[in-house]
Amino acid sequence: MTSPIGKDLLALEPLTGDQIRLILDTAEPFKEISERAIKKVPTLRGKTIVNLFFESSTRTRISFEFAEKRLSADTVNVAASGSSVQKGETLVDTARNLEAMRIDMVVIRHGSSGAAKFLADRIESNVINAGDGTHEHPTQGLLDLLTLRDHLGDLAGRKVCICGDVLHSRVARSNLWGLKKLGVEVGVCGPRSLLPNAIESLGVTVFDHIEEAIEWADALNILRLQLERMHAGYIPSLREYNRIFGVTSARLEKAPRDLLILHPGPMNRGVEIDSDVADGPHSLILNQVTNGVAVRMAVLYLLAGGNAQLAEAAKGQGER
Amino acid sequence: MSIARRVPNVEPAAPTLLRGGRLLDPSTGLDSPGDLFIVDGRIEHVGDRLESTPDGAEVMDCTGLIVSPGFIDVHCHLREPGREDVETVATGARAAAAGGFTAICAMPNTSPVTDNQAAVGFIVRQAQLANAARVYPIGAISVGQMGEKLAEFGEMVGAGAVALSDDGKPVVSAQLMRTALEYARTFNVPVIDHCEEPTLADGGAMNEGIVSARLGLKGIPAEAEEIMAIRDILLARRTGGHVHLAHMSTRGSVELIRWGKERGINVTAEVCPHHISLTEERVLGYDTNAKMNPPLRTAADVEALREAVADGTIDVVATDHAPHHYDEKEREFADAPNGIVGLETALAVVVTNLVVPGLISWSTLVDRMACTPARIFHLPGGTLRRGTVADITVFDPDAEWTVDPTTFLSKGRNTPYAGMALRGRNRCTIVEGRIVYRASVT
Repeated sequence: MTSPIGKDLLALEPLTGDQIRLILDTAEPFKEISERAIKKVPTLRGKTIVNLFFESSTRTRISFEFAEKRLSADTVNVAASGSSVQKGETLVDTARNLEAMRIDMVVIRHGSSGAAKFLADRIESNVINAGDGTHEHPTQGLLDLLTLRDHLGDLAGRKVCICGDVLHSRVARSNLWGLKKLGVEVGVCGPRSLLPNAIESLGVTVFDHIEEAIEWADALNILRLQLERMHAGYIPSLREYNRIFGVTSARLEKAPRDLLILHPGPMNRGVEIDSDVADGPHSLILNQVTNGVAVRMAVLYLLAGGNAQLAEAAKGQGER
Repeated sequence: MSIARRVPNVEPAAPTLLRGGRLLDPSTGLDSPGDLFIVDGRIEHVGDRLESTPDGAEVMDCTGLIVSPGFIDVHCHLREPGREDVETVATGARAAAAGGFTAICAMPNTSPVTDNQAAVGFIVRQAQLANAARVYPIGAISVGQMGEKLAEFGEMVGAGAVALSDDGKPVVSAQLMRTALEYARTFNVPVIDHCEEPTLADGGAMNEGIVSARLGLKGIPAEAEEIMAIRDILLARRTGGHVHLAHMSTRGSVELIRWGKERGINVTAEVCPHHISLTEERVLGYDTNAKMNPPLRTAADVEALREAVADGTIDVVATDHAPHHYDEKEREFADAPNGIVGLETALAVVVTNLVVPGLISWSTLVDRMACTPARIFHLPGGTLRRGTVADITVFDPDAEWTVDPTTFLSKGRNTPYAGMALRGRNRCTIVEGRIVYRASVT
């Protein structure tokens, strides 16, 4: 049986606004489970889930694992290092082996764009993309949307600027599509060498100066600037990046309104974001992490065939 | 199993009468129904219907079919030596014959590289044994295709090479390209370049544009091709050498070639069937059979390339036939190899995308696939003139068929056209009077 969001969650681009709202609405009741003394409901009891991480990850992997465990699923973590992948097994063979073990769901993080779809096309199990190359990271996009919605209410007509290395960011793409589908005006700001050449044709406003983005936006989603980008010659130095594009409290003070600050982490303090911004009163960075678990519970629940209306009931009476 | 000494299995060809077809040969301006009679591998008669069937002649009814000079593909990869599991000279030559090609030119990016007279001679011998389409070797420009030291053009041409190329890799050094164009003049063979500025194209998996931005795949900008195309055109102007630009894929390249030709520069160019039929949108879904280099481009590029075939700015259609093992294509997009097979779909893709919509005539199709390749690469064939070698293709212009890769004679199955309905199909391929392919359909 196909869930209201399809067999898999591979990307936000193909989803409708209604499907995204359904996931966010479903996440609401799941937030509360994590606040309980005993953080566990039996919703996915008997389901087996493999967390297949071909790239290292701390936050996302742990967040998925908590979401799965709090829903009582049986989970197995596979990291690429120390597995058959390191022995040269192809992704298609990995997929077939997983299928042969009759698992229910796979959460996959992979360095190659399209890898989650590749897997989903070849196995019956539900596949959740936990980040594929520079393509999408849909659950990150969803948790960013949920966090913004918590603080802004209806997002339609709001303005959000994605700042930094959009070119190499799967978080940026998932945010871009998710925000647009909920009626948000999307801006991007960063050096042109780190923006896709065709970015304007995706229907976003491009800011060449961070000051303009701050003046325009209701919220900033500040991407991590990876050190490799400097070594690959996309920017001259992290120091100059901070001076030209860094989000600092001095720049934020000039804004006509208080801006909400998001960052998918891990942060480079003093590069794309200054510590007093990250730790400041308008930072939602830890709220994002909290919401990450709830959103992932919602996605797991929906893909497993859960009914959105029953999500409230599904969380059970709970042992408080 | 012992390796037996093999002798080409060439029986003397029987006289053959191709009766009642549409004789179409732009090289002589011929376009009329009639008969073509082949004796001893030569065209004995072409034109009016013969009163009676000559004694001992095999008669083939060609009613409703086009009889044209045999198609010549100036760009394919046969993988032998080195990857005989993927394709051999023999299987490639048979696939070519099935697709209507009487001759194909094999690129030298084999393992080891075809960069010396012995390696060229090996391809020639394997082609003789295959007894299918002719296979002409292309020699490497540089030793080992390393882009440093000029290979021995003279000896390779002496052994049977018809052109020179480091295809698969661009000639990065402008000085090497200049020298190659100068040195090749003695031997009167074209120097073929795979135009790709390597620092711009580095790591790219598809066209740079809106689709690459959406898919999160590293793009190859059109300028990576165009910068090298204009460099090569300018070097051809400087040296007077003949530069042939392989697999042109962008609107800008077309404009640059036009610019060069208007100035009398000795530049010729080819386009592949996939670049005049598919766009970058085909990559959506990460289908590795839509991955090739140069990549599928935009609809505007496709339109410009189609016009360029029609007006002659692009001289020839060439397949860039590139078989790969299915395991190698069945993987993550960025890691999959570039290229698709093309010999057995080329005719139908060109018919369906250029002739059927009225962009080119049947005569222009034959010119771009047979006459002009022969002329610019100085090869036999490309004409139905009486007395010339009988390299002939007989094809059905109206046949409708659905591409089924499992029926390919090539070992490669990597095609983006699987399941697609196309029009136009080869019926019979004749090389030096011998029937090397005949369709089983009626």
